[in-house]
Amino acid sequence: MLSRTADGLFWLARYMERAASVARLVQVGNRMSNMSLSLDNPGNEWRSTLIATGTEPGYLAKHGEIVPSLVLDYLVLDPENPSSIVSCIETARRNGRAVRTALTVDTWEALNETWQQTRALKADRLAADSLPGLMDWVVQRSLLFCGSYANTMLRNDGYLFTHLGTLLERADNTARILDVKYHVLLPDHEGVGGVLDYYQWQSILRAVSALRSYHWVYHDRLKPWLIAELLILRPEMPRSLVACLAHVVDLLEALAVRYGGQRGECHRLAGEIHARLRYGRVEDIFQFGLHEYVTQFIDDMLRLGQEISGFYLNVR
Amino acid sequence: MAKADGPFNEMGMSDEVRGPYADIERWLREMPSDKLELKRREAETLFRRVGITFAVYTEGGDPERLIPFDIIPRVLARAEWDRLSLGLHQRVKALNAFLADVYGERHILRAGKVPERMVLGNESFRPEMQGFLPPAGAYTHVAGIDIVRLDADNFYVLEDNCRTPSGVSYMLENREAMLRLLPDLCGMHKLAPVSHYPEDLLDTLKSVAPPACRDAPTVAVLTPGSYNSAYYEHSFLADEMGVELVEGGDLFVDEGFVYMRTTQGPKRVDVLYRRIDDDYLDPLTFRPDSALGVPGLFAAYRAGRVTLANAVGTGIADDKAIYPFVPEMIRFYLGEEPILLNVPTYLCERDDDRKYVLEHLHELVVKETRGSGGYGMLIGPQSTAADRAVFADRIKARPADYIAQPTLALSTCPTFVEQGIAPRHVDLRPFVLNGREIRVVPGGLTRVALREGSLVVNSSQGGGTKDTWVLER
Repeated sequence: MLSRTADGLFWLARYMERAASVARLVQVGNRMSNMSLSLDNPGNEWRSTLIATGTEPGYLAKHGEIVPSLVLDYLVLDPENPSSIVSCIETARRNGRAVRTALTVDTWEALNETWQQTRALKADRLAADSLPGLMDWVVQRSLLFCGSYANTMLRNDGYLFTHLGTLLERADNTARILDVKYHVLLPDHEGVGGVLDYYQWQSILRAVSALRSYHWVYHDRLKPWLIAELLILRPEMPRSLVACLAHVVDLLEALAVRYGGQRGECHRLAGEIHARLRYGRVEDIFQFGLHEYVTQFIDDMLRLGQEISGFYLNVR
Repeated sequence: MAKADGPFNEMGMSDEVRGPYADIERWLREMPSDKLELKRREAETLFRRVGITFAVYTEGGDPERLIPFDIIPRVLARAEWDRLSLGLHQRVKALNAFLADVYGERHILRAGKVPERMVLGNESFRPEMQGFLPPAGAYTHVAGIDIVRLDADNFYVLEDNCRTPSGVSYMLENREAMLRLLPDLCGMHKLAPVSHYPEDLLDTLKSVAPPACRDAPTVAVLTPGSYNSAYYEHSFLADEMGVELVEGGDLFVDEGFVYMRTTQGPKRVDVLYRRIDDDYLDPLTFRPDSALGVPGLFAAYRAGRVTLANAVGTGIADDKAIYPFVPEMIRFYLGEEPILLNVPTYLCERDDDRKYVLEHLHELVVKETRGSGGYGMLIGPQSTAADRAVFADRIKARPADYIAQPTLALSTCPTFVEQGIAPRHVDLRPFVLNGREIRVVPGGLTRVALREGSLVVNSSQGGGTKDTWVLER
């Protein structure tokens, strides 16, 4: 297929996934900042949401200080923020429109309808009583998008690049949530086991739709090292780093087979990252430093994205 | 030219309904207007959801707009269509022969049937095409011939579109919408199908593969990109044909062959259905500032290593100043009398014609020879004295740039507008395919002027569309 088409599909999927991640993070941020016990300074919660979405510098440049209502607007509606939900959907749709021939009718309609409804969004939807409903809707639209392409696209290279976009973004999002919250998972964190910590742990799991999953996997109270293990190393957890990377390796391999065995640095690198996760132990991660581990993973993913792009998507 | 008391209503009057409209007329009488309104809204939702939009280059508003779709179909009897279709075959054959001739031996110029100066001095004439015959001698692979009807018997060609005519996606989507929204009404009629158009188009494109192509030809649609007003159509046609939709940046020329950049490396392209104007195709041959085109494309074309459809330089056949000579082309190349009529046309560069035009501006339509899309037009009967003064000055300053025609009483069809069901003026653009043979899908795109009394059907000027039905019986 055309490199430009593959590139469009890849970024379309990434941005739809990112829109849902931002929505999940906003849900969590909103929940935490509304809890009266929270926090001497509710602004902290929103700051970490901004950091997790990579939008803190842009926000501060525009608004100067953390004001919850402004943060919400910046994360959800602001067209000047390239990672706002509205911008993500706009970018996804622009990519989708440019590669329309590669999308099935169902996928296109899921995307286009989402875009149309997003364009009609007004600021009053950010009111406390309607925000959760709106964020649920964004997550649902992203799931509908994934469901429609997974169920209707031909299993050809177009599907592989789309799926690759979804998984790369998903891994990156999980890592970013861990990165911004790693401190509450550290054993030497002050007030270990306090009520506040408990809610922080919950919030991490909620942000990746895994609170119930945790209980099904561990049948135990929330424990920070188990949360880290679930999100990094457990293959049955669909948003864990190892689960996403296992898929990424498979998808890249499927592309290599389809394209007559051509492999490049992206294939090696994905395999290496996956192997580290596949055979990693949570004790070693904490020993190495959770923060350092996650930061390195994020850097690796950035490099992997560039390698995939250079090998398949932006070949000149 | 036939003159009736009022414009010809294709449905007829209530006491005398014309045959093809019998069921439609009854259906309209029984249909409560709120239900019609509901259907209209459903249609709009449908078109938005599918994303059948076009871009409008004006200030503000929604950049992606819908062309209003009228749910009352326009109907032609089979016999009416058959005659039209014969006329279309004939006309396209003659236009194609004209192109082969003016870029070849120039018989028609030497015979004095078309003034040489008007062809060779025309900016639509592409000297780069001289002495090159495209595969199968086909130039106008896709032609859109705009037809207007003045009475029951007479169809006139308003203009020929031989470059990159658009609108065929609306013909196809309008039918899909009708089948979905009004299945009963469709079922009552035996409709000639249109949905095979993309297959016919693909066959036509494959049939003109270049001589250098040995295997099954690879076809692609070349678009200026997603910001082009007709982008939806480009993607729709590529999708329906199952071929790649490429932009200039996706293509490159290497050792005389054209390739697309794919995830598996370069892939040869044999036939390009290009929806980019000649000027922008190749910066090495045409406009050097074009970022849309592909350097070296034209040389590959002339070397017989890729086919461009439509051919380069077809604009000389649909030029408004050449239009008056089409009947003569039909006689000259085919030895036949034209089946479709030409609208009498005054060429302002002729002294007698210009004198007449300037004296009769209030009753004529004046068009710029290079204009399109309904821009740069004066409609005499609807103009003010000031408008006419402006055009008079322009005509005197650059007479060769203007033609004039009588204001035609275009036929009307019942149309659902704010005031209810009312007659509105329509035209018809059938799409004629021309490769190794000529094919026309029955029907075409009916455009309708939604404003009362308006004669301008262009979508950029507030026109809408209708599904066009050819009844098999």
